Amino acid sequence: MDMNSFSPAMPTSPLSMINQVKFEDEPNLKDLFITVDEPESHVTTIETFITYRIITKTSRGEFDSSEFEVRRRYQDFLWLKGRLEEAHPTLIIPPLPEKFIVKGMVERFSDGFIETRRKALHKFLNRIADHPTLTFNEDFKVFLTAQAWELSSHKKQGPGLLSRMGQTVRAVASSMRGVKNRPEEFVEMNDFIEIFSQKINLIDKISQRIYKEEREYFDEMKEYGPIHILWSASEEDLADALKGVASCIDKCCKATEKRMSGLSEALLPVVHEYVLYSEMLMGVMKRRDQIQAELDSKVEALTYKKADTDLLTEEIGKLEDKVECANNALKADWERWIQSMQNDLKSAFMDMAEENIYYYEQGLATWESFLTTQTDLHLEEASEDKS
Amino acid sequence: MTENNFWLKKIEISVSEAEKRTGRNAMNMQETYTAYLIETRSVEHTDGQSVLTDSLWRRYSEFELLRNYLLVYYPHIVVPPLPEKRAEFVWHKLSADNMDPDFVERRRIGLENFLLRIASHPTLCRDKIFYLFLTQEGNWKETVNETGFQLKADSRLKALNATFRVKNPDKRFTELKHYSDELQSVISHLLRVRARVADRLYGVYKVHGNYGRVFSEWSAIEKEMGDGLQSAGHHMDVYASSIDDILEDEEHYADQLKEYLFYAEALRAVCRKHELMQYDLEMAAQDLASKKQQCEELATGTVRTFSLKGMTTKLFGQETPEQREARIKVLEEQINEGEQQLKSKNLEGREFVRNAWADIERFKEQKNRDLKEALISYAVMQISMCKKGIQVWTNAKECFSKM
Repeated sequence: MDMNSFSPAMPTSPLSMINQVKFEDEPNLKDLFITVDEPESHVTTIETFITYRIITKTSRGEFDSSEFEVRRRYQDFLWLKGRLEEAHPTLIIPPLPEKFIVKGMVERFSDGFIETRRKALHKFLNRIADHPTLTFNEDFKVFLTAQAWELSSHKKQGPGLLSRMGQTVRAVASSMRGVKNRPEEFVEMNDFIEIFSQKINLIDKISQRIYKEEREYFDEMKEYGPIHILWSASEEDLADALKGVASCIDKCCKATEKRMSGLSEALLPVVHEYVLYSEMLMGVMKRRDQIQAELDSKVEALTYKKADTDLLTEEIGKLEDKVECANNALKADWERWIQSMQNDLKSAFMDMAEENIYYYEQGLATWESFLTTQTDLHLEEASEDKS
Repeated sequence: MTENNFWLKKIEISVSEAEKRTGRNAMNMQETYTAYLIETRSVEHTDGQSVLTDSLWRRYSEFELLRNYLLVYYPHIVVPPLPEKRAEFVWHKLSADNMDPDFVERRRIGLENFLLRIASHPTLCRDKIFYLFLTQEGNWKETVNETGFQLKADSRLKALNATFRVKNPDKRFTELKHYSDELQSVISHLLRVRARVADRLYGVYKVHGNYGRVFSEWSAIEKEMGDGLQSAGHHMDVYASSIDDILEDEEHYADQLKEYLFYAEALRAVCRKHELMQYDLEMAAQDLASKKQQCEELATGTVRTFSLKGMTTKLFGQETPEQREARIKVLEEQINEGEQQLKSKNLEGREFVRNAWADIERFKEQKNRDLKEALISYAVMQISMCKKGIQVWTNAKECFSKM
């Protein structure tokens, strides 16, 4: 495995090694290392919730210290994501794991719900850290460094509830009007996202199903080997061969276990993250469209001279800038996202292929070794008969 | 009949075809059944060429008739079993339908195996009815029935649940009966679990086929990744369809085990025959002993054993000396007969044990050979499956790497 951008120069917890994303970025440019670990349950009179420990190590000047340790709960992550989306409406924000347990989704091999979530949260923060723009976001810094009470007061400083509501109303209103002049490249992007979303969802379902089938195969195999041992008890000449077969089956059983574990480590979480990403992308497209819709409605108003033309022209100027910024941000981030998507999925599928190759190689070695013991015996017996 | 000469030449028997037929059954109702073509060839020693000497069609029920006949006439032999009448130990893909072509094909092989086992048995191969089975198409059923074998059959052999209190069975047969029970139980269990494992394995392989379709659709929107995805998808399809052949091969392995599952029954039949003979022997000995006792009492005048005559004598008065003499004479005759019968039963019993045990030793060696081969062939199948897996996934990995 090649060095990837998440293996920190300073050794941190082994958990930080898990679920690392391979990027094209050079490792030596990385100056922010984050781990998410130690889930802890907190019980208050009102509720029970889990917090995760977040350790940040950095050499950046804008940070007051080089090491931070804080505890955060899922709500805090949600808050951070919301702030990032507000600040950068057309950037592709990394997805958060689902709020609730998804019905029908396979619990990973040895992980419970909490462990699965922990790994996803770890990935979430690291993706932000790796993003050229998001990594310098102020709320992100606060999230990583502020103590609990500091964070609460910082959260309250955000735009007031009323103004946020106003924004939402305006956004809904403009989206109702629809986007007429979506530029060609964004039409293509939208089409891609729609189909990609369909396909990645299917792949997610298929992969989960394979895991389930393998588990059921494993459960049956566990019973299969021992029957041969039972049989060997009532046989003389056949006992060795039967015990040999039983041992081979047991080894294959263990190899199946390993294959399942590999699948659940390498393939399932990556595919699922991209399912969430595809939902995220649709949101990004909508927000871009909204920004454009704002501009379009003002332009329309100008043509009908409904209001003060000077004011409108000035507003249109500002909005045109806004639209251009949003589009460029999205275009750049899109290219980056496509790259990482291709790399991540390619890696994941290659890992899946490797797991399977290893599995079959184990099986081959096991059964070939059994076969040689049996045929050696045959030769031995044959030579005994002759002598 | 020149059947003795027949076996001097090397012969080849094959059940080469199966055909669906319709006909009328005993109740004049239309029925569908499968007929099997049996071809017999004699092989010339000198050039190894084979010449077709006989060919006829038989249905499953005729095979059953042959076997039932052999069971009656050779009770000391472990008679080869027939392939199953109905498909059992099915997993979801296999149909339990007797008309299913895969089932018919496997049955054809099983029937051929049955005939070959008989032909290679030192005693059974010489049987005239077997010879006629291979050579006389019409009237064969009548010929078998004319032997009267059904009358000769001991109905007690069929009553599998009845137990006979045998005081001195040959311990080897008791052990053999236990062994055959264990063998039957363990092979059934193994076949059941194997069927479930096969079912699950089928599921794992087939779901991968879905990747093929989705990769193909996805590749349509990808520029750089498109080719890699598309070809990887193809390999997923290959992987998914490879399970069909793999499991078909495994089915033949299962059939080899099934043969020995059914052989367990045949073993039990021989043990049972021994039990019955021993029981009859012990009954006869008991009966003889009691008659001797009666005779002695009559002669000496002491009454120890209960007899109806004794009772009636007590009730209705003593019998005369002449009457007593007459009774003693009858008893002495019966005792004589009894002793003769006991002697011959003893002889029969010992001969049965000797012959049966010889065949059982032969069977044991055959079983060890066959099952060992079967286990080895199972390992070979697994190796082949692993090699295919390595190849497909290596190809897929290469396609992924080109994405």
